[in-house]
Amino acid sequence: MSILVGSETRVITQGITGEYGRLHTLACREYGTNIVAGVTPGRGGQDVEGIPVYDTMVDAREKTGANCTMIFVPAAFAADAVEEAAEAGIELIVCITEGIAALDEARMKRVVTAAGARMIGPNCPGVISPGAKCKVGIMPGFIHAPGKIGVVSRSGTLTYEAVWQLTELGLGQTTCLGIGGDPVIGTTHIDAMQMFQEDDETEAILMIGEIGGTAEEEASQFVKDHVTKPVVGFIAGRTAPPGKRMGHAGAIIAGGKGTAVEKMEAMRAAGIAVAESPADLGSTMVEALAARA
Amino acid sequence: MKLHEFQAKERFRAYGLPTPRGIVAEDAEAARAAYTELGGDLAVVKAQIHAGGRGKAGGVKLVRSADEAIEAAEGMLGKPLITKQNAPDGTIVRKVLVEEGLPIAKEYYAAVTLDRRLEVPVLMVSSEGGMDIEEVAEKTPELILREPIDPVQGLPDYRARRACFGLGVPKAQQRAFGAVLKGLAKAFLEDDASLLEVNPLVTTTDDRVVCLDGKLSIDDSALGRHKDLAAMRDEGEEDPTEVRARKAGLSYVNLDGNIGCLVNGAGLAMATMDIIKLHGGEPANFLDVGGSASTEQVTTAFKIILEDPAVKGILVNIFGGIMRCDVVAQGVVDATKALGLEAPLVVRLHGTNMEEGRKILENSGLKIIPADNMKDAAQKIVEAAQ
Repeated sequence: MSILVGSETRVITQGITGEYGRLHTLACREYGTNIVAGVTPGRGGQDVEGIPVYDTMVDAREKTGANCTMIFVPAAFAADAVEEAAEAGIELIVCITEGIAALDEARMKRVVTAAGARMIGPNCPGVISPGAKCKVGIMPGFIHAPGKIGVVSRSGTLTYEAVWQLTELGLGQTTCLGIGGDPVIGTTHIDAMQMFQEDDETEAILMIGEIGGTAEEEASQFVKDHVTKPVVGFIAGRTAPPGKRMGHAGAIIAGGKGTAVEKMEAMRAAGIAVAESPADLGSTMVEALAARA
Repeated sequence: MKLHEFQAKERFRAYGLPTPRGIVAEDAEAARAAYTELGGDLAVVKAQIHAGGRGKAGGVKLVRSADEAIEAAEGMLGKPLITKQNAPDGTIVRKVLVEEGLPIAKEYYAAVTLDRRLEVPVLMVSSEGGMDIEEVAEKTPELILREPIDPVQGLPDYRARRACFGLGVPKAQQRAFGAVLKGLAKAFLEDDASLLEVNPLVTTTDDRVVCLDGKLSIDDSALGRHKDLAAMRDEGEEDPTEVRARKAGLSYVNLDGNIGCLVNGAGLAMATMDIIKLHGGEPANFLDVGGSASTEQVTTAFKIILEDPAVKGILVNIFGGIMRCDVVAQGVVDATKALGLEAPLVVRLHGTNMEEGRKILENSGLKIIPADNMKDAAQKIVEAAQ
């Protein structure tokens, strides 16, 4: 098994007629993802390379039985798209869009939670389960391989780097997900840790964090209390100066809190094997697995 | 995006929040006129710069005559004000705010910011107004009260009341105080703020509640729907290179080292800085070209990196997902030729179309040092930059 997405996943793309929506929808389909529909208001009745387009999420879900959506809608309208998906009864909402206002994120998160749905992102690369050939996101499919490692990360391209190192060393993945670096996100490190711990196929977990906030500290405590599988961790940004925002809205050391050193100490205290260098993400996993065997 | 105090107070007044009467002056004569127009004996002249800590740095002066107002304004305008936050260079003061003095009874602290754990905005208030709030948070955290704000409804009456009781606000002032707290929450929500701070929020001897100071930062991601606020941006307060980068769709932060970095993705960009340091080098910058940079953006990124005279070498680290390695490679080649780059350049390309990208670099005839992975890249650039 994998987590979040697999062979049962039936995907709608919201914003399928935009340049990126179209490009990535087709790349996902080529990878093997079951893309069943697209939604662009006003474009109902059209199709994108054979994928039917609907005007509303309710319509698309009822006609296709979709249980997942991938959102490429521009930032100004993305919160509305997320809320429409949640209300339509979609179980998993993967929001790729970046640059959504923080208060919109706070509002849409409440709607998603109230609807009992799960959101990944926003501002994230999405989620992929290589064994099930299911990719719901913008990551390059070819760097992944089926296997037993779960990967969770706040970053995009740094996740690709990590996955590639694992694949090169012969360590395939159950599921890899990017949770996004924004202040309010749907799925946290802790949520991912819990799902990987409960997934029989996942044997070890790679967690990649960044400076800012306290999510990694909380996830470390969760690992200490609840996770029995080997966990490898890395924190990006140990050279970042305080008070300077490093691209992601969440990646800022504020009031002396959220430094890489604090996060790495929390990880070590929880028994997580911490990679000192971003070049050692894969090799640290190899060592952690060897130590457990 | 940060606003100046006088701009923050304009926004406060738009939400019915009381502020002192004040007039912005750009020269000493205007400061004198402002003092006269305000009409009272006591006035305050306040330097308008973004950095905090102005009071201790001499950027806030009490004045009791037109001559003192002139003297205070002359002492600030056109000169750098160096505070704890903008040291060592300071910021040139271009405007001062001349405000009426008030008969202060007590100083409080109030702020609103997004609480990442609760995932809603939270109002923070303290009876220790006028103090360095980070110091209060560290030494006496129990003196900071927190009330969550509903992102749709705002601050409910009962939470505003609870904050007033918690602060020990005298009965005669409670109604006005609660209304101000609700107004601050409303201003935060409707202006899409990322930080709103009033330190101090004061009560007067005649039982008024007034925002004596005002700090307001707007969520950059929300500026698209606040054209009026976006127009308040003061680029004179920002690092000119960071402004240019932002306009080109790049995320750039200048650092102290000598190895320039050009990376796609914020996390990978930070990790690239980290690995340079691990191998004994010092990064000159953080630069994220984003997920889908064009050849022009790559060229602009190179120009920005090279403007830093400290740069002795450049490391390009691209993991292509959305971004194709061949496009990046072409951008690197074009920029190198256009700029006549002489500093050592190490390029690591991986991901979509990486073979095509590597061929473009090889066939360019340029002295580009290719690297296989991050470690290899870091070692090569640290050695080359020495």
